[in-house]
Amino acid sequence: MFPTAEQIWGVLVLEEYNTRVVILGVMALGVAAGLVGTFLLLRKRALTADALSHATLPGITVAFMVMVALGMQGKSMFGLMIGAFVFGCIGVLLILGIRRTTKLKDDAAIGIVLSVLFGLGLCLLRLATEMPSGNAAGLNGFIFGKAASMVASDTKVIAIVALCTGIIVTVLRKELTALCFDENFGAVQGWPILRLDIVLMTLVAIVTVIALQSVGLVLAVAMLIVPAASARYWCTKIGSLLVASAIIGCLGGWLGGVVSALVPKMPTGPVIVLVCGGWFIFSFIFGPVNGIVARQWRIWRLNRRIEMQHILRAMYEVSSENPFCKFNSILCCRSWSQTQVKRLLSRLIRQKYVTKEKEGWVLTDAGMQKATHVVRNHRLWEAYLINYADIAPNHVDRDADMIEHVLGTSMVEKLEALLGSDNLPPSPHPLEVTS
Amino acid sequence: MNMSSETNFLGSEHSPSAAVSVHDLTVAYHRKPVLWDVDLDIPAGKLVAIVGPNGAGKSTLIKAVMDLVPKASGLISIYGKPFRKQRHRVAYVPQRESVDWDFPIDAIGVVTMGRYRKVGWCRPIRTLDKKLAMEALKRVGMEEYAHRQISQLSGGQQQRVFLARALVQDAEIYFMDEPFASVDAATERAIVQVLRDLRSLGKTVIVVHHDLQTVTEYFDHVIMLNMRVVAHGMVQDVFTNENLRKTYGGRLTLLDEAAGLLARQSSKA
Repeated sequence: MFPTAEQIWGVLVLEEYNTRVVILGVMALGVAAGLVGTFLLLRKRALTADALSHATLPGITVAFMVMVALGMQGKSMFGLMIGAFVFGCIGVLLILGIRRTTKLKDDAAIGIVLSVLFGLGLCLLRLATEMPSGNAAGLNGFIFGKAASMVASDTKVIAIVALCTGIIVTVLRKELTALCFDENFGAVQGWPILRLDIVLMTLVAIVTVIALQSVGLVLAVAMLIVPAASARYWCTKIGSLLVASAIIGCLGGWLGGVVSALVPKMPTGPVIVLVCGGWFIFSFIFGPVNGIVARQWRIWRLNRRIEMQHILRAMYEVSSENPFCKFNSILCCRSWSQTQVKRLLSRLIRQKYVTKEKEGWVLTDAGMQKATHVVRNHRLWEAYLINYADIAPNHVDRDADMIEHVLGTSMVEKLEALLGSDNLPPSPHPLEVTS
Repeated sequence: MNMSSETNFLGSEHSPSAAVSVHDLTVAYHRKPVLWDVDLDIPAGKLVAIVGPNGAGKSTLIKAVMDLVPKASGLISIYGKPFRKQRHRVAYVPQRESVDWDFPIDAIGVVTMGRYRKVGWCRPIRTLDKKLAMEALKRVGMEEYAHRQISQLSGGQQQRVFLARALVQDAEIYFMDEPFASVDAATERAIVQVLRDLRSLGKTVIVVHHDLQTVTEYFDHVIMLNMRVVAHGMVQDVFTNENLRKTYGGRLTLLDEAAGLLARQSSKA
């Protein structure tokens, strides 16, 4: 049932010729799709690409029928690819046309073109199988992909295409970035926005076409979108995004190819898509850029810091009258619960900012210094808002409460310079100036 | 080079010293005209506000000048020549909402875009471009945020990044689409300072503006627009209650009717 260690090793090092052809092919496809997909996603055209890939089906069948009618070998891969490319482009043009001439929005235009052209393709496929000459039996392999049918020349084509898209994307990186970020600005600068858009969508069409054989037209769009989308959870710059997306696509192809080679009867395309999808879920949860865990961690840390500053300010105010703070007088400072105050106080004790004496809680020297610092920042900010930001003074305290926790040290230094340390706002308790 | 010897393709009725000349401009979106017969000469070296109610065609006017929207009719010239020959002399600050601020780029990356055209096709960004971008960020008080992701900037900071991107282009005419819209006080001051610096360098700045209260304080010239030009000239001359009422008050029944009629006719055709 389970593959032996020897089998696994054999697949991993691409020992067998057929496996090698397939796995190298899907790896190259992953690179090309990852690169082009990054810009596709930034251009917000993911669904257009889906319509494009569905529109290739009538193209494949029409190409087959034409070639059979001309007495050629019906399944010449090159001919089929040309047909797929042409119809993919027609699909995109139809979407643009519908959007321009009617009041329908993008989603409706895409839905119409995708379903109608796919339906047309299915009908034509039926007609193609009825044709007396030629053998259309393998054509439906393009719908869900049939990686096992890949031969060395297919892999070579995919590798060359991957290399070319890599070069084009690198060379036109600046131009495509301008197109995706702000096309109006690009147009004013004099970039031919329409032509750049055509270049991008042509690259998408080419990648879709080379994905048909291995991944299939229904799932081809996943190769473009999923690696690029997961890369966004790891990188924040376009350059690293491109690299990460290409690597994710490449490794997804490799792992998917390996798994489908080891598990009998597992289709390669869907397995690759599942591997990429699994990586997306992992990125979505654990990615350092806006992953769920990272985001929750940041929120938790911010809340914790805000709470600490609140309790320190409360202690500072209470202890200015009496260094031994009573629990109730701390509790009265803000709207917080007893358990919350208890928890915060025990945290302060753990951090050695507070000690518990018989008469009450006392700020230690370190705690006093910290509290003074917090209060000072708070006052500086209040002063800034009152003097400079035209906010009604009675609203200032709540605002300051929120914003001071967002301020970094550099901003505080700026405020100090702005006000001068002797120009601090009047306060019931004179401030100790921290060094 | 002698400026007066340059041929003005609009003919002599337009002043050759005008930075921007708009002649008989009409723009229609979806069969409904939004700008009617706009005729303007915008003098060089001035701060110019375009004011008018929502839907008056303020953004459309500057977009039409920059060839971003198709014109139904009209001629535009920048320093006496068509826009497409003068685009290197023009910088544009679009509305902040017009782009996706989640885009994976940092502040200096956006500002560097202002240099893309000078860098040219297929060439990488040079150190010089980065340096100039940094200087532009300094001018708007944003150098500390150069390597911050743009999604993490506040609205006012994003607006200043947009401004810096236009500054780095080193243009002669600046079009700004509502740069003061929902920005903080610090940003408003920074923008005003930049506008004044630009004017003292002899640049022309044309600003779509919403806040009528600051027009007198910030600008030299004002264009009062409501589908057509209601008034245009020095702020102290034309920014009057009478003209404001004409621009903002009431529906312009005649014009609206004409627009509706035209829309019906063309939909029948």
